[in-house]
Amino acid sequence: MWNNRLIKLIVNSIRDLLPILIVVLVFQLLVVRQPIPDIASLIVGMVCVVMGLTFFMLGLEQSLFPIGETMANAFARKGSLFWLLAFSFCLGFGTTVAEPALIAIGNEAAKIASQGGMIADSDSARADYAWELRLTVAISVGVAVIIGVIRILKGWPLHYFIVGGYLIVICLTPFAPREILGIAYDSGGVTTSSITVPLLTALGIGLANSIKGRNPVTDGFGLIAFASLTPIIFVMSFGILLR
Amino acid sequence: MNVMNGLAHFVNTLIETLSDVTPIVAIILGFQVLVLRYPLPHPGRTVLGFCNVLIGIVFFLEGLKLALFPLGELMAKQMTTVDFLGLANPLQSPSWQDYYWVYLFAACIGFATALAEPSLLAVATKAEEISGGTISALGLRIAVAIGVAFGLTLGTFRIVTGIPMYYLIIGCYITVIVLTLSAPKIIIGLAYDSGGVTTSTVTVPLVTALGLGLAANVPGRDPLVDGFGLIAFACLFPIMTVLTYARLAVWLAQKRNSNSSSS
Repeated sequence: MWNNRLIKLIVNSIRDLLPILIVVLVFQLLVVRQPIPDIASLIVGMVCVVMGLTFFMLGLEQSLFPIGETMANAFARKGSLFWLLAFSFCLGFGTTVAEPALIAIGNEAAKIASQGGMIADSDSARADYAWELRLTVAISVGVAVIIGVIRILKGWPLHYFIVGGYLIVICLTPFAPREILGIAYDSGGVTTSSITVPLLTALGIGLANSIKGRNPVTDGFGLIAFASLTPIIFVMSFGILLR
Repeated sequence: MNVMNGLAHFVNTLIETLSDVTPIVAIILGFQVLVLRYPLPHPGRTVLGFCNVLIGIVFFLEGLKLALFPLGELMAKQMTTVDFLGLANPLQSPSWQDYYWVYLFAACIGFATALAEPSLLAVATKAEEISGGTISALGLRIAVAIGVAFGLTLGTFRIVTGIPMYYLIIGCYITVIVLTLSAPKIIIGLAYDSGGVTTSTVTVPLVTALGLGLAANVPGRDPLVDGFGLIAFACLFPIMTVLTYARLAVWLAQKRNSNSSSS
């Protein structure tokens, strides 16, 4: 039975990856009309990707989802709001601060800032700037998870928050320095890694499940939405304050 | 030599992933041991599962780096060069219509990478599970993938034409707000979450390569400033497509109901 499940996962992974392979091959051979540079690495790489996706999906069901939901239940049973919120903040902050995509974007942003004359043209100034930006995004994700968890506890409708958040972004945009706009908008997208997402999803759904009167579908989702909205606001404010 | 290189890469990716995971494990363990003091129900299975996730991510990234990223970057570069555009007059600067292959490539690669995104898989699986099958995982993923395709097409179009980013982004935000206010409440959380998850492991590196390649090759664009912004569009459009998909599903269901009740 376990073997059947594994085979099903492998078949699913292949099915999920097939479109990428088709797009790349069709464009390379028919549009750009160049041979595939290294067929051996393409094949080995694709086998690795299929294996990787299979293991990931296997581990997801075994650990990330159960951990998130068990902890959500345990916090609900413990009934201490303070510890739940502390955990929420740490989870948001901790998963973001070490995120490789964010580190890369922070360094790029520092380059732009020093080119634009916003900060001194030295390595230490750039490193400081990149670190402050990363810290800003990580804190904003921590705050986002706190707000999201409080929303689930209180059962407040999600769309008020999101629409409000977007209105804040729209209002901040004219005041933010041009150079930081692209980074600010992108920073919302890069904060959520493949490990954070399942954990946050499970946390939200677990909380919504363990509180009476909450519907997991309507109330359980939305943590990731906050986590990708607040960094935009925080990074823009960061840009405005630094100017 | 080749094998050694590959192994070194592999170890590098492992270390990178570990440094990404360590804070998460520390937080979970810390709270588990110090605050909750409540043992995990299946410790062995959980640890095994966590190892599987780790191995999975490392293999996934390693495979992408080996197979897809070099090819994707090469193609992004080739497709944005002036030679490829095949202009009748090579001195004339290309207009935005000349980049049609780039738009098509952006749309296709966006669609395909979104379907393979592990985070999206996780959210879609969960959504299907808790909604008791009302929300289909594959339907949700296709809606999101169409959104990413639209988003990237608009994003590349913006880089080519140089329209200021904030006009388009604010336009998108207003569209999202309008769609939200009229969408079925049950889908809103999921729609917003699916916007955030589309861009992680697979999409970001490929899309960044495409954006930087375009910005470097289109006359008058600065890769540092104009290369950004594709991810933002790839996050916003899925929200719109999922909200639209939900409205469509509700509308079709109502129509079917009214048809069956009238006949």
